[in-house]
Amino acid sequence: MTIESIVPLFVAIPLAGAFLITLLKRIKGIPDTLGVLASASAFALSIMFVLKMEMGQRVICNVGNWGGFQEVLGRIVGIQLVVDGFTVFMLVTVNLIAFLVAVYSMSYMTRYTEKWQFYSLFLLMLAGMNGVLITGDMFNLFVFVEIASLASYALVAFGTGKKELEASFKYAVMGGVASLLILMGVIFLYSNTGTLNMEDMTRILGSSENPVLIYLVFALFLAGFGLKAAIFPFHAWLPDAHPSAPAPISAMLSGVLIKALGVYTLVRVFYCVFGFPEKVSSIFMTLGALSMIIAVILALKQWDMKRLLAYHSISQIGYIILGFGIGSPLGILGGLLHLFNHSIFKSLLFLDAGSLEYATGTRNLKEMGGLSKRMPVTSWTTLAASMSIAGVPPFAGFWSKLIIILACIQMGLWFYAIIAVLASILTLASFMKVTRYAFLGEIRNKLRNILEVPAPMLIPMIILAIICIIGGVLLIPGVRQGFLGLAVEALSRARGV
Amino acid sequence: MNAYLPYVFCMILFCIGIYAILSKRNIIKIILGVVIAEYAVNLFFVLVAYKAGGRAAIFSETEVILPESMVDPLPHALVLTSIVIGLATTAFLIALAIRLYGKYGTFDITRMRELRG
Repeated sequence: MTIESIVPLFVAIPLAGAFLITLLKRIKGIPDTLGVLASASAFALSIMFVLKMEMGQRVICNVGNWGGFQEVLGRIVGIQLVVDGFTVFMLVTVNLIAFLVAVYSMSYMTRYTEKWQFYSLFLLMLAGMNGVLITGDMFNLFVFVEIASLASYALVAFGTGKKELEASFKYAVMGGVASLLILMGVIFLYSNTGTLNMEDMTRILGSSENPVLIYLVFALFLAGFGLKAAIFPFHAWLPDAHPSAPAPISAMLSGVLIKALGVYTLVRVFYCVFGFPEKVSSIFMTLGALSMIIAVILALKQWDMKRLLAYHSISQIGYIILGFGIGSPLGILGGLLHLFNHSIFKSLLFLDAGSLEYATGTRNLKEMGGLSKRMPVTSWTTLAASMSIAGVPPFAGFWSKLIIILACIQMGLWFYAIIAVLASILTLASFMKVTRYAFLGEIRNKLRNILEVPAPMLIPMIILAIICIIGGVLLIPGVRQGFLGLAVEALSRARGV
Repeated sequence: MNAYLPYVFCMILFCIGIYAILSKRNIIKIILGVVIAEYAVNLFFVLVAYKAGGRAAIFSETEVILPESMVDPLPHALVLTSIVIGLATTAFLIALAIRLYGKYGTFDITRMRELRG
């Protein structure tokens, strides 16, 4: 089996799982087993890819064997799936979180009816996200973005209460408009270049001058993918949509969906297709800094734990966008590492919030208190994730924030460095509040008899907490070359630095 | 007739859709706004491939059809995909509207105020 033939499996396995679950829903235990198995095998395949990839290698798979036209026509016909260093990095991140969330959901989702619908939609969303990551074709990218988004709209409304439906409607309308803007951008690009393949587009755009139209496409993609990534000023839907979903889905949405559909696509399109011009770089940095500081200030006054975490997602996305916006190899390294770290600690925090809700039945911090004795594992994992997101050394989040700030200073951008430090301090303050109100202090009478959550929920939390603590290992030279180095190399080469 | 006029009309249609999404209070009208904007984009995609006096991209044995006079068939295939995706989005939005009506007893978006802050 060659390495090319594995590439389509990243979409095929979750998709097949989703359909099998709807077929076999009546058999007890099948939805859980298939959901965990499909995400586990996708994760195993992505790990295998990391081990096999070499520096600068690109694995290309022609769907339907439409290869061979390149020599005759001078352009690529048919859809290509392309896996480079950046894609592999994202595949590992997405599938790791998806696997752990699937294990967690086995216990958590027993509170809801119709578990099979949950796992079916979950795998559909995973298939869409993996598709976005591996595709090398513009229109195909749009189709996979839509698959993942539609599944996530339905998952946000999964509880079918008043709040969930309202949040889902808001999210679906915003997401629908974002998709239309993306499609419009794709049409303009196609009419200008006559191809949908990203590699061909880069070549044709590089050899011709067409500034006016290109700026229109920049604006459309920035608004479209920016809405999916929830960077400021396109963030309004996120604080409603993410807390309304069931906790495992909040973890997926905040942890990986906004990155796969938003940050990855932004970086892929602007770095690899447009070569990341200076103007876009300054827009990225400004939007990143604004998201960072505004969202963290809004987060400070929240009392609903999941809503607080959702605001922090916008703020941390700001760090990632700032890192990519700087555009130097150090900035890219910081952005990538923070992307990985954020998906780990934000999923962990949402899973912890889910555990608290599972045990106590509330998400309001004012109604909790003194839970550290009754729920030791949840308490310790929340502490690890909080320290990591606030950037306390030696937790993982410290290293990535440090690299982003160093990259700012290296390029002489002192203003952005100061904003990054300030946002980090405010993040620490807001997580002090979570720890203080939820876990310390006197326990309330009605919470005296609660128990720690069951083992399938605890194991993913413990694994994520360990990654939070030792995440800095990724920076040790030998490990860095094999994982982060691949992605940094792919992006630096695309930018030509 | 100006050759750019169809494109301008298409953009006006798109703006009507966006206007309906932003300013209407009734959920059904918002959904209609999404649908109108979607149709405008699809129409625009077909217009991009339009060629005056163009032929279908099929070679014939009885007459000579030059490749230059053929219409690019790819946008038509892509528009079909995009229409189907639009159908799924619309169906989902309408299903949501029905459930929302069941919960709130109204289609007025300003009276759905569970989420604030």
